[in-house]
Amino acid sequence: MATEVSRPTSRRAPRQQIGLIEWLRKNLFSTWYNVIITVVLLYIVAQTVISFVSWVVTAPGWPAAFTNIKLLLTWTYPVDQLWRPQAAMALVLLLLGLSSGLWGGIARMVAWGAAAISVVIGLAAFTFPDLPDQTSLPGWLFMFLCAVLLAGGDLLARRLGQKLRWPLIVAWLLSYPAVILILRGGLGLPVVETKLWGGLMLTLILAISGIVLSFPLGVLLALGRRSSLPVIRTFCVLYIELIRGVPLVTVLFMGALLLPLFLPGGESIDALVRATIAVTLFSAAYLAENVRGGLQAIPKGQVEAARALGLNVFQTTLLITLPQALRAVVPVLVGQFIALFKDTSLVVIIGLVDLLGAAQNIVGQPQWLGTPGGVWRETFLVIAAIYWVFSFTMSRISKRIEDQIARSRH
Amino acid sequence: MAAGSPPVPSGKTAIPFYRDTRVIAIIAQVVFALAVIALIWFLYSNMINGLRQANLLPTFSFLSVPAGFPIAESVIEYDPSMTYGRAFVVGILNTVRVAGIGIILATLLGLILGIARLSDNWLLRNVALVYVEIVRNVPLLLQLIFWFSLTRLFPRIQESISVFDLIFLHNRGITLAWPQAANDFEAWMQWVYGGIVIGVIFYVVRRIQFARRDRPGVALPYAFLIAFGVGLIGFFVTYAVNGVWPVSLSIPELQRFNFVGGITVTNSFAAMLVGLVIYTAVFIGEIVRSGILAVSKGQREAARALGLTPGQTMRLVILPQALRVIIPPLTSQYLNLTKNSSLAIAIAYPDLFYIANTINNQTGQAVPVILMLMASYLSVSLLTSLFMNWYNRRIQLVER
Repeated sequence: MATEVSRPTSRRAPRQQIGLIEWLRKNLFSTWYNVIITVVLLYIVAQTVISFVSWVVTAPGWPAAFTNIKLLLTWTYPVDQLWRPQAAMALVLLLLGLSSGLWGGIARMVAWGAAAISVVIGLAAFTFPDLPDQTSLPGWLFMFLCAVLLAGGDLLARRLGQKLRWPLIVAWLLSYPAVILILRGGLGLPVVETKLWGGLMLTLILAISGIVLSFPLGVLLALGRRSSLPVIRTFCVLYIELIRGVPLVTVLFMGALLLPLFLPGGESIDALVRATIAVTLFSAAYLAENVRGGLQAIPKGQVEAARALGLNVFQTTLLITLPQALRAVVPVLVGQFIALFKDTSLVVIIGLVDLLGAAQNIVGQPQWLGTPGGVWRETFLVIAAIYWVFSFTMSRISKRIEDQIARSRH
Repeated sequence: MAAGSPPVPSGKTAIPFYRDTRVIAIIAQVVFALAVIALIWFLYSNMINGLRQANLLPTFSFLSVPAGFPIAESVIEYDPSMTYGRAFVVGILNTVRVAGIGIILATLLGLILGIARLSDNWLLRNVALVYVEIVRNVPLLLQLIFWFSLTRLFPRIQESISVFDLIFLHNRGITLAWPQAANDFEAWMQWVYGGIVIGVIFYVVRRIQFARRDRPGVALPYAFLIAFGVGLIGFFVTYAVNGVWPVSLSIPELQRFNFVGGITVTNSFAAMLVGLVIYTAVFIGEIVRSGILAVSKGQREAARALGLTPGQTMRLVILPQALRVIIPPLTSQYLNLTKNSSLAIAIAYPDLFYIANTINNQTGQAVPVILMLMASYLSVSLLTSLFMNWYNRRIQLVER
């Protein structure tokens, strides 16, 4: 038998080797206009980089940001209670690490992103001044601890396996109230008024609350908008379009001015709670549209098959359509979270002191008045870098998730 | 009747009403509507009670009361003796001004960025990428405050920073050279009107011809070209006849305390515009880029195989198809820019939100002010999306 069929030996594609000159010609000087563009841009880039670097080296205002790093991170949160934000963050990161080990996938990407940020900040934290009170861990130690928690949680969960599943889900559900309890106090812990909260901590709390709390409302609105009942559909459409048609500032403004009026007896509501409600109501409308996008992408056959199997409307929605829709819109939701993370800087306008507000306050401190040109450039650059690191990491994660979903479809 | 025959189930009792989905649907909706109405009534009555105690019952009568506060810049005439209503209109116009100019500039910059991101020039591509990644990951409000703080470093008017003697930066604003109508402007305008009329006539005639021949054709670009050409000829003819250009460039000149000629915009406006344009252009650039990438490669190859030049390929094949993908997200970016202009309050540009806030602080009429504010933003959003939807439909019609 002629079993000796000549099998084509798989050979690698010939390696394309191009030298430096070739590469330059191909990528920078291919046509006459590319030559002009390259030369002009090279000049501009060189000029910008040189003047920026020389400014960074000589700028007098760096101490403003670095001596005030505590204000930027937690604003006026009592110094002797700083272990509490640290504990809250450690808790969340441990859960994240465990989820990473248990589920992998998206959780692992987020965990890696968080670990990367922790290490970067931990390295940067060596330059931070020590706090007078030592009830909390030094910044660098804490950040490295965060990375260790993430990695340790991952390893631990891999060892424990699936029996961790339900405890972890319950822990996640309880984590939001737990974090608020740790930060706010009560149940034996001394209470820290929310008017003392601020800085990056407040920014993160608002952004996370915005997504977490708006989730149920947003999903309901999305389902309502696709409902066959005209009254409910109309209400949802009106709500979504009304909120999406106005800027976030007006919603915050409404929360600040009207919410106290809406309650009986002129009860005063905490300013942070008002802002959180406003952000939640705002975010829910956008979340609803994103989820609706996911719902629309589900083929009709899924619903028909579910109904044919005898599932009722609620079962179909909860077990068939919603899980698929939510999985499909995860990247979009990360995108929305990034947008919300940046947009929470708007609470400055209604008088809360978030990261941007803290920076503005530092710039106005009297001890920097003598610095020529002020210290705003250095301070704003530092907080821009903080915003940037967070948003950029999250957008990379979102991109990875998107690629993964796209791959799993094919 | 024969005894023992089974009772015939009548249609009515077959399904109890509480299991009939049609009935349930109606009940659910009624309950829902009642709940919403009850909630609104509860909130509303609380609010009215509270406001009655504070002696601040909502009313719109404050609109005709003199406002008493100055506004730094206005498109229409305004002074503090005018009413709150007038002040509010000034705010709307200021928002429309910064958003309108911002949309045009952001579109241009975004188009450049989107094309630069696809350039075959490595340096250009990556410079654009770095710009995009830096700008979109930093909050707009921070950027606006940055630009505004930058303008605070501008020197006194006597020591203005001059850019080619056409633009002057100083602490009171930015003064630019600006076209100015000369004496013969009217004479030239006759030509412009004439050009427009001829263009319209041309367009209508061509359309009728196309319809009669039952054939598609291109008329609008030529109509624009004709109108523009007539205007241009008129421009030179007016000069030839009178020896003076109908429009001259008014170049600002520094007198002792002020600039004469040109136009001056405030630093708030400039910072607002620069911030909005730089931020929004990034998102528009990404939309343009993905729109061009969405046109399949075969389209370009087919166009080239048919002998179209690269320019024609871009203009006749790629762009019309890319536009269809681009327009819907572009609309939402325009709306975002308009809504983001409400951040102006942080840098003291008197836009709609800034003025509404001032009115509220002075009158305490939070409810009417918020209603007016919301209604204004909603109608601006609605008008923009109506226009863009109309444009979108026009483009979609090209598809056959």
